[in-house]
Amino acid sequence: MEQMKKKLHLGKTNREKVTTFGLVIALYVFVEILQRTGNLSNLMRGQLVPICAYMIMALSLNLTVGILGELSLGHAGFVSIGAFTGVTVASLLRPVVSQNWILFVIALVAGGTLAGIVGFLIGIPVLRLRGDYLAIVTLAFGEIVKSLVNNLYIGFDQNGIHFAFLHDTLNLAEGGKKIIAGPMGATTIPKVSTFLAGVLLVLFCLYFLYRLLGSKMGRAIKAMRDNSIAAESVGINITRYKLTAFTMSAFMAGMGGVLFGLNYSSIIAGKFNVDLSILILVFVVLGGLGNLRGSIIAAGVLTVLPELLRSLRDYRMLAYSIVLIAIMLITNNQILVQWWTQRKKDLKNMFTRLRKSGQGGEG
Amino acid sequence: MERLVPTPSLGVIPERDSGKPLILDIHGLGIDFGGLHAVEDFTLLIGHTEIAGLIGPNGAGKTTVFNLITSVYQPTRGVILFDGYDTRGKRPDEVCRMGIARTFQNIRLFKDMSVLDNVLVGMHNHVQYSMLSAFLHTPSYHRKEKEARDKAMELLSLFDMQHMAKWQAGSLPYGAQRRLEIVRALATEPKLLLLDEPAAGMNPAETAELMQNIRSIRDRFGIAILLIEHDMSLVMGICEGIAVLNYGKIIAKGSPEQIRNNPTVIEAYLGKQEA
Repeated sequence: MEQMKKKLHLGKTNREKVTTFGLVIALYVFVEILQRTGNLSNLMRGQLVPICAYMIMALSLNLTVGILGELSLGHAGFVSIGAFTGVTVASLLRPVVSQNWILFVIALVAGGTLAGIVGFLIGIPVLRLRGDYLAIVTLAFGEIVKSLVNNLYIGFDQNGIHFAFLHDTLNLAEGGKKIIAGPMGATTIPKVSTFLAGVLLVLFCLYFLYRLLGSKMGRAIKAMRDNSIAAESVGINITRYKLTAFTMSAFMAGMGGVLFGLNYSSIIAGKFNVDLSILILVFVVLGGLGNLRGSIIAAGVLTVLPELLRSLRDYRMLAYSIVLIAIMLITNNQILVQWWTQRKKDLKNMFTRLRKSGQGGEG
Repeated sequence: MERLVPTPSLGVIPERDSGKPLILDIHGLGIDFGGLHAVEDFTLLIGHTEIAGLIGPNGAGKTTVFNLITSVYQPTRGVILFDGYDTRGKRPDEVCRMGIARTFQNIRLFKDMSVLDNVLVGMHNHVQYSMLSAFLHTPSYHRKEKEARDKAMELLSLFDMQHMAKWQAGSLPYGAQRRLEIVRALATEPKLLLLDEPAAGMNPAETAELMQNIRSIRDRFGIAILLIEHDMSLVMGICEGIAVLNYGKIIAKGSPEQIRNNPTVIEAYLGKQEA
C-alpha cells in the first residue's frame, strides 16, 4: 500500500498549459501598463523584444534538448541564419511593402523556412551521432555558420540582387545598397520588430509545442528520448521523427532570429557565436529540460537580471553566476522541494475544507 | 513486394494451423560476431496461432534469435520469412509494421511517460491523423485520439491495469512493468508476439496468472506467440512446440512431453550423468 501512495499522478499538462499562456499574457499586460504610465526605463524598453526572442530560442532548443533529448550546442547557427535571412528579405522588400507587420511576417516566414531547411539538411548526417559527438558537431556547425556569414556580401541595385563571398566584389551600380557587408554585418535594417509581435510569436511557439506534445508525433518523440530501442520496436521510424523535431526546432530558432535581427538597426555575425548557443542552453537547463514554462521564465529572468545587476559594475557577471548556481542548488534541493510540495498540499486541503464547510452551512 | 509461399513441414506445427500458411519460417539462420558463430543453422517453423517456446541455458543465443527476427541484427546467413515476406534488410520499425512485436528481457518501458501513453505509443501506426489536424485540433483528431484512448484502456484491462493508466510507467511494480510491456507490444496489432522471459522475477502465483493471460491473448487475438523462458512450469504448461537452443544451435525440437524426456536436453541443462 505504501508503494501505491508513492505513485506519481501525471495529468498536470492542462494546468501547465493554462498557467504558461496566462503568464506570457500577464507579462505583456504588466509591461504595457508600465510603459503607458511611463515607469519603464529606456534600458528595459530596449530589452523587451530581445527577451521575447530569447524565449523563442529557449523554447526551440527545449524541443531538441529537452523533448527530443539530443544535446545541440550550435543553436546560434540557426538563429543567425534566420536573422540574416529575415534582415535581407526585409531590406529587399522595404521599398515595395509599406505595412510594417506584413514585412515582418514575410521576413519571419522566410527566415524560419531557410533555417528549417538548413536544419533538415544538417540533421540528416548529424543526427546519426549521439551525446558528446552530436554536441561537438553542432558546436562546429554554429562556428561554421558564423564564419560563412562573416564573409558574405549581399547587395541590390536596379540590376537585381548581387552576392559575393570572401571579398566585396558586389560592384553595385549607382544607387545600389549593401544589405550584408561581410564582417561589418547587416546595416540600415528596417526595425519592424515590436514587443507585441514578439509576444504573439512566443504564444504561437507555445501553442505549436503544446499541440505537438499532445499529438502522436509528440508521444513518439518523447518515447524515443526515453528508450529509442523500444520506440523502434513498436514501429516508430526514429530517423524520421528525430529529423522532424530537429527541423521544427531549427525553424523556430530561425523565427527567433528574425525577431531579434529586425529589432536592431545593425547586426553582425559575431553576435551569433557559441556564447549565444550556451546562453540559450542555460535558459533551457535552468528552466528544466522539457519544461516549456521553465524555459520562458528562465529566458525572461536571466535577460533582465544582468541589467538589474548593472549597478554592481565589475562584479556584475560574478553576481550573475552566483545567482545561476543558487537557482540550480535551490531547485534541486530535495528538502526544499518537499517543503514546497507540502505547503502546496496544505493550501489545497485548506481550500477543500473551506469549500466543504461552506456547502455544509448552506445545507 | 513478392509474397513467397513457404512449404510447411507438417507435424512440427500444431494440427489446427496445418492448413494455414506459416506465420514464421526461419531457415538456416546464422549470425557471426567476429569469429563467434552466435547462432548457427537455426531453423524454426511457427504456425498461425501457435504458442511456441524457445529455451536453452544462459548464453545459448535465444535473445540473439529474437534480435534477428526483429531486424535489430541482420543475419549473416539464412532466411526469415514472416507471413510469407522476407524480412532481410528491413529496419526494426518496418518489421514491427509487418506484424512482429516484442518485449525485452531487461524491461524497456518509456519510464517517464504515463502507463496510458506507453500503450498509445504502441498504437502509433494505427492512429491516423495528419500533423495539421493535430495542430488545429480538428474533429477527426479528437475522434481518433478518443478511439485510441478507449482501445488502450481496453488493452490495459486485459491485465486489470486500467486504474494504473495515469501512473508513471517507471513507478510501477516489477510485475506490472512486464505486463505493460506485453500490452504495449499488443497495441501494435501484431500477428506474431515475441516474449523475452515474460515471467522473470515473478512469483509462482503471478506466473500462473501470466500463463492464463498468454493463452487468452492468443485465443482472443488469434496470433502466434514465441516466448523465451527459464520457468519450466510456464514453458511446459502453455507451449505447444518447443525448440531447445545450446551454443547457438538447435539441439532438440518437439512437444513439451518429448522435450522433457530428451536426454540431449537434460544433458545441456544438467550436464552428463556419471556412469
